[in-house]
Amino acid sequence: MSVLAEADLRLDAGPIDYALLVIYFAVVLGIGVMARRSVSTSLDFLLSGRSLPAWVTGLAFISANLGALELMGMTANGAQYGMATVHYYWIGAIPAMVFLGLVMMPFYYGSKVRSVPEFMRRRFGKPAHLVNAISFAVAQILIAGINLFALAVIIDALLGWPLPVSICVAALVVLAYTTLGGLSAAIYNEVLQFFVIVAALAPLTIVGLIKVGGWQGIVEKVTDKEQLSAWPATELTGIDHPVWSVIGLVFGLGFVLSFGYWTTNFAEVQRAMSAKSMSAAKRTPIIGAYPKALIPAIIIIPGIIAALIVPEMAQLKAGDTSSGVAYNDVLPLLMRDLLPNGILGIAITGLLASFMAGVAANVSSFNTVFTYDLWQDYIKKDKPDEYYLRIGRLATVGACVLAIGTAFIAAALGGSNIMDYIQALFSFFNAPLFATFILGMFWKRMTPTAGWVGLLAGTFTAIFIYAISEPSFGIELLELPGQGASFLGAGLAFVVDIVVSVAVTMVTRPKPDSELVGLVYSLTPKKDRAHATTGEDAGWYRSPALLGGGVLALTTVLYFIFG
Amino acid sequence: MRLFDLRLIIAFLFGLYGVVLVVIGLGFTTDEDLKKAEGVNINLWAGIAMVALSAVFAAWAMLRPQFADTDKQPIKEL
Repeated sequence: MSVLAEADLRLDAGPIDYALLVIYFAVVLGIGVMARRSVSTSLDFLLSGRSLPAWVTGLAFISANLGALELMGMTANGAQYGMATVHYYWIGAIPAMVFLGLVMMPFYYGSKVRSVPEFMRRRFGKPAHLVNAISFAVAQILIAGINLFALAVIIDALLGWPLPVSICVAALVVLAYTTLGGLSAAIYNEVLQFFVIVAALAPLTIVGLIKVGGWQGIVEKVTDKEQLSAWPATELTGIDHPVWSVIGLVFGLGFVLSFGYWTTNFAEVQRAMSAKSMSAAKRTPIIGAYPKALIPAIIIIPGIIAALIVPEMAQLKAGDTSSGVAYNDVLPLLMRDLLPNGILGIAITGLLASFMAGVAANVSSFNTVFTYDLWQDYIKKDKPDEYYLRIGRLATVGACVLAIGTAFIAAALGGSNIMDYIQALFSFFNAPLFATFILGMFWKRMTPTAGWVGLLAGTFTAIFIYAISEPSFGIELLELPGQGASFLGAGLAFVVDIVVSVAVTMVTRPKPDSELVGLVYSLTPKKDRAHATTGEDAGWYRSPALLGGGVLALTTVLYFIFG
Repeated sequence: MRLFDLRLIIAFLFGLYGVVLVVIGLGFTTDEDLKKAEGVNINLWAGIAMVALSAVFAAWAMLRPQFADTDKQPIKEL
């Protein structure tokens, strides 16, 4: 995200807009206060006592991902690349979410682990666990800082609050409700945020569509007709050859990057782990997949429309940067041009809500990993549960303070370009993690040593590819603009991880079968992987497989219509 | 652990938002506002949609109360 040109973006917010914003924040804090009453153990605080219904965890699953970088980034991509952006939502998310629900959830939920790193510890032992837990904790703090900084930049641009004030205010709000109500408050607020975000973006899209003359108007007015179709997305991938571009998309984005992100990122998986039953846990990512498949309609289409009707955006697209706006400014510019007071307040609320959702997801997953995986496993074992509940609360405070610190670092780095790179880098650390998990879940022979050696080898591969393809590092051996480099880095990291893990397994000693029950496919009885189909899990419409098939079919149809 | 019903919170927030927007849409919409949104009274329509959303959640919470099945206990600690 570049520094926003302030004067252009300042919104004409009136008292009524502020009132709507204040009401929202009051409700958010109220949820924190009310959720506190049902927190009595550390599991209540850090994992909602595994008591939430699937529609709640499913919407939270998707909302935790609808943070600042997602919303600004994807509307920007819509303006810059057009319809090709849908790949991030369809091929880049839906198959992985269905896979998480149907294939991986039985092990995550069935083994009763409390976090993704804890699964790592039970399957591969301490070295792999420590690598995973520490890198996850560090990444969450850095990303929370980036999210907080992005939030502050937008508050500054929209409302004119100084950066340090908005960073601290936003952090305090997140801190207040997550410290009080723990994951339950974070998840409840995420669901609320989901609806507010939709309530903000839908009117914007509708008014924009009317202004531009409907879908027909878009088709007529977009000058580069290639941007109206999703394939082969050569601009997006930076790969000129159409066939290789499609292969890069399907394997790089659709397989490695997306499976890596959705199936191993604890900030996401945690939402499913907090569900009240195996069936609800399996349905969590699948229920989330439905809004994920449809939401491009109110994210990408506004981006495309902005490039047509906002004068500064049209100039930028024609190559004229004199107005000082960036593609990231799509939403504020559209809000400025299309929304009268009243609905404008809802839109501002939605934008801020989305940004806080990201920070809260980072913080609430950090405190779980910190408390259970670092503190309980390595620092103070065997204390009574109240002790860990207190540590969980303190970790939340610590996370918010550290995130304020990283937000100021991001601010000091002058815009967040460098932080964007860090984000990109962490995003493809997930690729080797996915390789290790999937191999470990389906191959009981895989050894603990292979677990951590493979992970490190894959991660270093990702860093290496990044280093030789990033222009600003000056050793540009590979020339891949766009997303090509991260597709390639993630793909190679995945392959290297698999090869190294297999090779190391051959020469090291596996864990005895008895220690792997519930963690590896062939050693887990079918009934432990199955879900109940009685009571609140009854009914054909609650079948995870059916719901999963449904969303895959929906996505295919969407590709046929809009691809 | 027994958490309060989120559906009621959603119904409350959007009910309030919806009513406020409908009032603005009906009583306080200027020509300038209309021009900005291409002649659509967007406050009114968005307000109506929010009231409808609120009604759906309220009805759902009434018809299917959260703790109907008291026999099922959530999974507790390891």
